[in-house]
Amino acid sequence: MKPPVFDYVAPESLDGALDALAEHGYDAKILSGGQSLIPLLNFRLAQPGILIDLNRIGGLDEIRLDESGNLRIGGMTRVGTLEREPLVAEHAPLLFETVPSIAHPQIRNRGTVGGSLAHADPSGELPVIAVASGAQLTLRSPKGERTVAAEDFFVGLMTTDLAMDEILVEVSLPPLPPRTGTAFVEIARRLGDYAQAGVAAVVTLGDDDRVADARLVYLSAGDIPMQAPRAVELLRAEGVSEAVIEKAARLAAAEEIEPSDDIHASAAFKRHLATVVTKRALAVAIERARS
Amino acid sequence: MSTIANQRISVKVNGETFESEVEPRLLLSDFLRHDLDLTGTHVGCEHGVCGACTVQLDGVPVRSCLLLAVQADGREVATVEGLAAGPDNLSPLQEAFREKHGLQCGFCTAGILMTMGPFLAENPDPSERQIREALSGNLCRCTGYQHIVDAVKLAGEKLYER
Repeated sequence: MKPPVFDYVAPESLDGALDALAEHGYDAKILSGGQSLIPLLNFRLAQPGILIDLNRIGGLDEIRLDESGNLRIGGMTRVGTLEREPLVAEHAPLLFETVPSIAHPQIRNRGTVGGSLAHADPSGELPVIAVASGAQLTLRSPKGERTVAAEDFFVGLMTTDLAMDEILVEVSLPPLPPRTGTAFVEIARRLGDYAQAGVAAVVTLGDDDRVADARLVYLSAGDIPMQAPRAVELLRAEGVSEAVIEKAARLAAAEEIEPSDDIHASAAFKRHLATVVTKRALAVAIERARS
Repeated sequence: MSTIANQRISVKVNGETFESEVEPRLLLSDFLRHDLDLTGTHVGCEHGVCGACTVQLDGVPVRSCLLLAVQADGREVATVEGLAAGPDNLSPLQEAFREKHGLQCGFCTAGILMTMGPFLAENPDPSERQIREALSGNLCRCTGYQHIVDAVKLAGEKLYER
């Protein structure tokens, strides 16, 4: 329960961190908030040769609205900052609504947005919100910068598109289209525990009250944030009556997600919970899209 | 054997500056308990679940088992030892826990106190629901939480004089 031996550097610039990362490659791990990495070290599930701590670098934790209306969140932004930031409440209501479900207050005070995304735990809320929001992630390397859509970023269990020499420096959430409602619903045994099922719903209604576009993204439902395109297609084709919502929720839970058994719940029970959270989230998102 | 060099750190704990040489892998919780003999910070799970080791880093409640001592270099740490002015002079928060029987074995108490001080500063008149949400990161296996909730309510009243 104590970390293995490792070396440690805390560069004071992003370039310094990128240099260190380039030098040590796969032997290095980036230390951001440490709320997932330090437990992995304590359990000795990770044994890096060196930690590169980003916490002494200034300027990576800014939250701002750019000229196109995108909400840009620096990778080192603490999760707890999101719940106190009016820009998030106003411009990223889905993210804002989700934050209280992310771990516990003391963990949110330290954990970072970029760290959670790069860690890519499929039971994490932030990867799901990034995908549901259509977020763009900015990755920096010594060669320069590139942008990846959140839905292309998560490629497997705790595996991302980040190259060995890259650091995730910013997340950009686009503005919601008009007549769009969002909702996040999760079920956990205790507030802040890992969710047994959870979903982010984003629904855009057309002028005729039909579904013009939608996204359903699930956590704890597979190796990556899991989407339900067939359920969305059903909503687009058949509308938003209670019967259709029920049908879409059952389709997504039965056929589009891949939850696994654990000591607290069977996969079958998690599929049941997924149906429940889908119905709740869709009802709220549709209501919000109308108002 | 390791060839990793120790690193020199200077940390202010409860107002007093400590200089030390530490291995990079030394957890802040172990630094406080073993190097500084501040054993009021308790260590339960060592993976961020139980909350017993909660301290304040620059005034913000954090898990000391999920921080490295080297990360506290140049920063200020507050632990439960810093709350009371003396053995007979408890802080209002501690007084409230004594009055309302907000502890039994006491293992979780330090972490709860270090969490609830800043919580009450941000929410001087919290609802029961807010208190329970704020307590979600601290496990207590004795009290059933009811007396802790009562104590936090009373502490809010004592601190902000309602």
